[in-house]
Amino acid sequence: MMQNLPVLIIVTPLCSALLCLLLTLINKHFGRAVVVIATAASLVMSVIQLKSVIEDGVIHYAIGNYAPPFGIELVIDSLNALIIVVIALIGFMTVLFAENFGDKRPVVKGGANAILALLITGLLGMTSTGDMFNLYVFLEITSLSAYCLIALGGSKGVVSAYRYMLVGTVAATFYLLGIGILYSATGTLNMGDLATILNEGGFDEVMLVSMSFLIVAFGIKMALFPFHGWQPSAYTHAEPGTRPLITGVMGKIPALAMFRFFFCIYGTDFIYVRYLLVLLGIFSVLGMLYGSIMAMAQNDIRKMLAYSSVAQIGYISLGFAIGTPVALAGSFLHMMGHAFMKGGLFFCTGAIRYKFGTTDLNEFGRIYKKMPITSGLLVIASLSMIGIPPTAGFFSKWYLALGAAGRHEWIYIAVLVISSLLNAVYFFRLIEKVFIQSSKGLKDRWSKGELELPLTIILPVVVCFLAILGIGVFNVKLFDILMLTLEGVGL
Amino acid sequence: MMDFMALELRPLFAVLVSLIAACLIYSLGESIRPNAREGITITAAILKIVLVYSMIPAVLEGREISLEVFPVVKGVSFAFNVDPAGMVFACVASTLWILTSFYSIGYMRGHGEKNQTGYYAAFAMCLSAATGLCFAANLLTFFIFYEVLTVATYPLVVHYRDEEGTRSGRKYLAYTLISGQIFFAAMVVVYAVAGTLDFTPGGFLTSEMLPMPWALVIFFMMIGAGIVKAGVMPLHSWLPAAMVAPTPVSALLHAVAVVKAGAFCTLRVVLYVFGPGLAKSCGGSDILAWMAVFTILVSSLIAMRKTNLKARLAFSTVGQLSYIVLGICILTPFSTAGALYHIVAHAFMKITLFMAAGAIFVTTHKKDITEIVGLGRRMPVTMMAFTVASFGIAGFPFFVGFVSKANIIFGAVEMGRPIYVATLIASALLALGYLMPVVLVAFKKNIVNPEFMERGEANLCMLIPLVITACISIILGVAPNIGLHLFDMSLMAGNSIFTPLM
Repeated sequence: MMQNLPVLIIVTPLCSALLCLLLTLINKHFGRAVVVIATAASLVMSVIQLKSVIEDGVIHYAIGNYAPPFGIELVIDSLNALIIVVIALIGFMTVLFAENFGDKRPVVKGGANAILALLITGLLGMTSTGDMFNLYVFLEITSLSAYCLIALGGSKGVVSAYRYMLVGTVAATFYLLGIGILYSATGTLNMGDLATILNEGGFDEVMLVSMSFLIVAFGIKMALFPFHGWQPSAYTHAEPGTRPLITGVMGKIPALAMFRFFFCIYGTDFIYVRYLLVLLGIFSVLGMLYGSIMAMAQNDIRKMLAYSSVAQIGYISLGFAIGTPVALAGSFLHMMGHAFMKGGLFFCTGAIRYKFGTTDLNEFGRIYKKMPITSGLLVIASLSMIGIPPTAGFFSKWYLALGAAGRHEWIYIAVLVISSLLNAVYFFRLIEKVFIQSSKGLKDRWSKGELELPLTIILPVVVCFLAILGIGVFNVKLFDILMLTLEGVGL
Repeated sequence: MMDFMALELRPLFAVLVSLIAACLIYSLGESIRPNAREGITITAAILKIVLVYSMIPAVLEGREISLEVFPVVKGVSFAFNVDPAGMVFACVASTLWILTSFYSIGYMRGHGEKNQTGYYAAFAMCLSAATGLCFAANLLTFFIFYEVLTVATYPLVVHYRDEEGTRSGRKYLAYTLISGQIFFAAMVVVYAVAGTLDFTPGGFLTSEMLPMPWALVIFFMMIGAGIVKAGVMPLHSWLPAAMVAPTPVSALLHAVAVVKAGAFCTLRVVLYVFGPGLAKSCGGSDILAWMAVFTILVSSLIAMRKTNLKARLAFSTVGQLSYIVLGICILTPFSTAGALYHIVAHAFMKITLFMAAGAIFVTTHKKDITEIVGLGRRMPVTMMAFTVASFGIAGFPFFVGFVSKANIIFGAVEMGRPIYVATLIASALLALGYLMPVVLVAFKKNIVNPEFMERGEANLCMLIPLVITACISIILGVAPNIGLHLFDMSLMAGNSIFTPLM
């Protein structure tokens, strides 16, 4: 049991996805129950796994006992063990949350739950795997289930999903081409093996060509500026219940894969990776500015948050561009923090939509009176986005800036400052709407019970609130855990 | 078993007590009775005052009270260190919190304000942040509290939730957040070059770490955050705009927490990060001193032209805060002690003035100086307190303002800067020029305003605090060291900075 954790974490939600639709046909509650239980089990196992990784070091797990490099290998180090916990936690909360939204017909609902479980499987798989073709498989599972979930969000959702599918397929193809070239040159698919072979030298052209393909592939998947075209509409129109997972986590896992390829497989000694980091830096800087400026212009909170994600992905790739261990740790802290901030803000958006049926910022006048808990998260998440201490966002910004100072990249520090201020403009606008603007007399659609909303909505909101503060206060612990892996990686 | 009464833990508790109060007020405020809610504020204020005062003897003995709570980022701890300079500010903040709390109760109820729960919660939060930044042992801890203070003040500025309040709130945020983020960037650079952020009397940066043009750039990037909050011209315009808030908030903003935090930030950056040597050699302190001189003169002139009482007081604050900045930039032990003591002096005087203005507003609904002709008949006690504080601001001997100003002037003489001396004296006359008309108008004998015939003071909740602060302004003027030994502590701070150099 214990030594099989890496694979069990992935397989449990996968099984529940397959069972869900079948069980839904018997009773509409069974299907959901099985997904909830499976994701909860996954969450518990991921925590145990994290603990064992911290104590005993990296886990190499050969699936089906076929020894790598021929079999598929899962590699869990402290970095992805942490990310897995985040995915499992947000995935679990999203499954709970999704119950309140979407089509009520049992088959559609059951299907949506099954696809959500598949999305979680895909994300977990992408994070765990140590095999680049296996990564492709999980990437496709993730993408396909994301297309479905976005398409479930009504007619606009279908259009957005179609657009995402076209672009996403291009990305997948680029990825396949990239690893195809690597495979044909080296004859291995295992990442660790590949790194050893490539570092023996003599593969510069192969690496350069495959790297170019991979930048585009991951760039599109993580919605890095200027590859972000599909993202705002997809985030805006996705099925409301599943949005926290899609927006909070989905864009970040390709970033993790990008890190694996550029820092762990190619390595920063490869001169073109250094050029690439400069390019990545330019993309990040432009993305941070562009995303924030576009976000200011939006009246729909969903669209505002979607553009803000373009900017926030820029923070993560900026850390890669700086490339020192400290900056990389900042990137990954931001990855975790932002998962809870953006996920949390979409939990709030969903909660407001559930209670008042609107996502238009201009109608949010003084909703804090009716929704104190949700507004609390809105404020904390917004402050964290701006980077006000002691929230998570401040500390990731600190490490990013410190990394930049270490490499004398003053422009990056300036951009971090400017980006924070731009974030402040539109997030304080949101706070102003929620707390100050006069009430528009929205009709309350939920007035049962003591709580402001059903428990399945309140729980994720409270967890995100605590997580944002927790990541902030305990950032040094996380930093130390990340450093177990990042020490020695990068510049 | 941990010793909960340990001296080392007290700074942490002093911060936590009002933080917890803020959380309690916010979460319970709507469901318990107002008296119970205000009970939380008062209890926390008393606890805080006890905690802060209990550390005074140790500070006077020169004992180190330091506490590392946990590592806040890799390499830097969330740490407290109680030194004389921080103690002076903390004493002022905690003493005035309790007085403003009583005053707030009188004002908010007398005026029938809305959203009182949020108001008291934000107030407690501000005080928690203010105490935290007094005791912060390093720049990062300081910055955390500084930003929390910025955010916690915002709800107080927009208290009325109207058009004007929203605009002022935006202005306030624009000024403070921009300067705060620039401070952040500078702090990162300082950490990168120095490898430490711990405040050290006399500074920890050297000219080897930061060669010349950079030293000046970083100096102003850091000082920016301080002088924005302290309202040094040309970065002062948020401060008069923030006057839309209820009067107790103005009192808090302008006498206790926010502006003083700005002045304190300037003090920490100039004397504890850069140190007198580097601040002088990079030219930053001179430029800053000239900015302060400019502010002192211009703000007094503007104040004369304002007929709205609160606006006049706001510009007076702008000028008075620059005394502190000037005192810091003269870079002598005496001027530093004077600057620190001016934090105390100005706090008591200005809060008296604001409380009086608020009492006048609640009782008579008058905001304008032209409307209060003959008010002395109706509210003699309030106006007497106002008069006392006005003399103090002008720096008359035997009022508290004199003590601090005299020390700053000593410093200026010692450094041979006649212009600073002239500025300080001129500004005393200007202060008389803008405050005395209010007093004269109110006590004008030959004009009898029918509105103000009968005696009718503000309610006791408001009257007592403002009488107390007025009395303290006189007592501390006669005996600057009485009770809390605030002057000794100011001198200790001044000497601790300059002894290593001598």
